[in-house]
Amino acid sequence: MKIIVCMKQVPVKDSLLKITDDGSWVHETDLNYEINESDHYALEEALRLKEAHSGEVVLLSMGPERVREAIKQGLAKGADRAIHIDNSSFTTQDPFVNARVLAAAIKREEFDLVLSGLQTDDYGSAQTGVILAENLGVPSATIVMEIQKQNGGIKVKRELESGWFQWVELPLPSLLTIQSGINQIRYATIKGIMMAKKKEIKALGLSELGLSESDVEEGQTGLVFSKIYVPEKTKKTEIFEGDPREVAQKLADKLKNEAKVI
Amino acid sequence: MSNILVVAEQRDGTLNRSTWEAVVGGQKLAKELDKEVTVLLLGKDIKDLADETAGKGVTVMVVDHEKLADYTPDGYSAAIKQVVEKESPAYILFSHTYMVRDYAPKLAASLGKALISDCIRYKMAGDKPVFVRQVFQGKIDADFTFDGDGPYLVSFQVAAFNADDLATGGSGVVQNAEVNMDGVEIRTKVLEIFEGVKQEVDLSKAERIVSVGRGIKKPENMDLIKQLAEALDAEIAASRPVCDDGWLPLDRQVGSSGQTVAPKLYFAVGISGAIQHIVGMKNSGTIVAINKDPHAPIFDIADYGVVGDLFEVLPEFIKSVKKL
Ligand SMILES: Cc1cc2nc3c(=O)[nH]c(=O)nc-3n(C[C@H](O)[C@H](O)[C@H](O)COP(=O)(O)OP(=O)(O)OC[C@H]3O[C@@H](n4cnc5c(N)ncnc54)[C@H](O)[C@@H]3O)c2cc1C
Ligand SMILES: Nc1ncnc2c1ncn2[C@@H]1O[C@H](COP(=O)(O)O)[C@@H](O)[C@H]1O
Repeated sequence: MKIIVCMKQVPVKDSLLKITDDGSWVHETDLNYEINESDHYALEEALRLKEAHSGEVVLLSMGPERVREAIKQGLAKGADRAIHIDNSSFTTQDPFVNARVLAAAIKREEFDLVLSGLQTDDYGSAQTGVILAENLGVPSATIVMEIQKQNGGIKVKRELESGWFQWVELPLPSLLTIQSGINQIRYATIKGIMMAKKKEIKALGLSELGLSESDVEEGQTGLVFSKIYVPEKTKKTEIFEGDPREVAQKLADKLKNEAKVI
Repeated sequence: MSNILVVAEQRDGTLNRSTWEAVVGGQKLAKELDKEVTVLLLGKDIKDLADETAGKGVTVMVVDHEKLADYTPDGYSAAIKQVVEKESPAYILFSHTYMVRDYAPKLAASLGKALISDCIRYKMAGDKPVFVRQVFQGKIDADFTFDGDGPYLVSFQVAAFNADDLATGGSGVVQNAEVNMDGVEIRTKVLEIFEGVKQEVDLSKAERIVSVGRGIKKPENMDLIKQLAEALDAEIAASRPVCDDGWLPLDRQVGSSGQTVAPKLYFAVGISGAIQHIVGMKNSGTIVAINKDPHAPIFDIADYGVVGDLFEVLPEFIKSVKKL
């Protein structure tokens, strides 16, 4: 099975985010980055499918130069090669545009399966994978928690709300968006890290993808991003800060005598 | 008709409650923009549901077709696309459920239009609505608008609007919409729907819950949580990553894919407060949060918040409770 894994690099979860003065985004220079959580699970699932059924795992990541770090990590875990699209000149929050560029890269490959995460931890639109499938003309299933290969296709377990699930069958090629927790993620081995050094990371630009500037222009779907900001508080929260012992005593007292819940 | 189309969600002839939340959102927007709301219902043999829905005083448009008997992304997006092309609504609204996540981006892409997903509210800037969605897992809000020709697609987070605010008293007509599904190939085969883990603990009955998140760092540290739960005479629950990692069984998970709870006391330790967690516990009586990040979204819904390191605060807190 030839599997393409869409993998985005995002700021690490505990990052202290500072919004730029114009509200256009957060200051990126002092942030550390990691592989988007559900993409990490997608990669692991691809590696397991390859181990069970043989084939190839190709990583696809779009982002600035720094995403090569995430790519190398994925190669060290066992992906065979990678494609990097540098989007520094056309960064957008429009998933339609991002999916178009990713699709152009995937169309250059033959594939049986595309795996993406279900949602990014930064933009969180939960759309890129599904739009990508539409763009590639293949069927998709989202929030996937198990994949079984069958004759001529796959059977996947989709998560529904409140602890319910559903099995669906899809032909190949198709695209699945993977939910966190589908498997246990492996660590890269020293040997894997050594081997990764020899693996190919192909850099592709817009022209190699057969795209023009107008294909990645903002606004073509009608989406206009204006600004980000710290959310307004809607509830009055009593905040305790400082010496742990004093804070602990105050909180215990409040819960007993004010809220009367202990 | 330059209308607001709200796409309903039904399974086995029953409407998802969040459909009514989206209808309320649609009604509010309709008032601002001087438009009308139509609720779009898709399925097979859903006449009773259509009548029942219209009975609340909303205009219902029904698409009844063999190929819509089971939900599939191919069937739903093709059918809705045809309705949209015929009716040219200005807005298409959804509730951001798992089903909508599955097909709405596909529908939007097939129309070449943007879907602003998982919005928490809208606000008016002059005569233009600005849609607010969260980025960075709820830590930051972002404003989006639409430009150019519609339709404009928007999905609203579950509970973004209150279903009880439904404006009733409309005429409640049912209209039938014809679609031609001959050329539509349904590529997904739908198999059974089933409940996952057998729930061994019913957290919904617990009076007090201590809930632990990824801030606990290692399974070895779970002992601290057990001590806290004992001191408070509480059940233990968790956010999803803690269950994903196997540190607690799945039936202890609170949130959109786990249990919904509303204890007298919900004590959240090292939980950031992503929306998928919040929906499962926001109706709790008193909410306490301990988190080292003062901007963690869990503080927005907490009654008492401790900004600090849980490994420093909890041992002291357990001592204080024992002394009470
Ligand atoms: C479709 C879907 C369904 C989902 N369903 C669910 C669900 O049912 N339930 C659920 O919980 N999630 C669910 N999620 C996941 C959800 O989006 C979040 O990723 C998850 O809730 C985060 O868990 P967390 O808060 O424990 O971890 P994190 O987001 O990593 O937060 C850890 C927190 O601990 C704090 N912390 C770290 N160290 C310390 C310390 N020493 N002292 C104090 N605080 C500390 C950090 O500041 C941080 O706020 C779902 C996601 C999707 C997309
Ligand atoms: N820049 C990117 N490079 C590679 N994959 C991406 C990129 N952006 C989004 N994706 C994939 O699409 C999924 C959903 O992203 P989103 O629509 O932003 O929530 C992610 O989990 C990734 O698998």
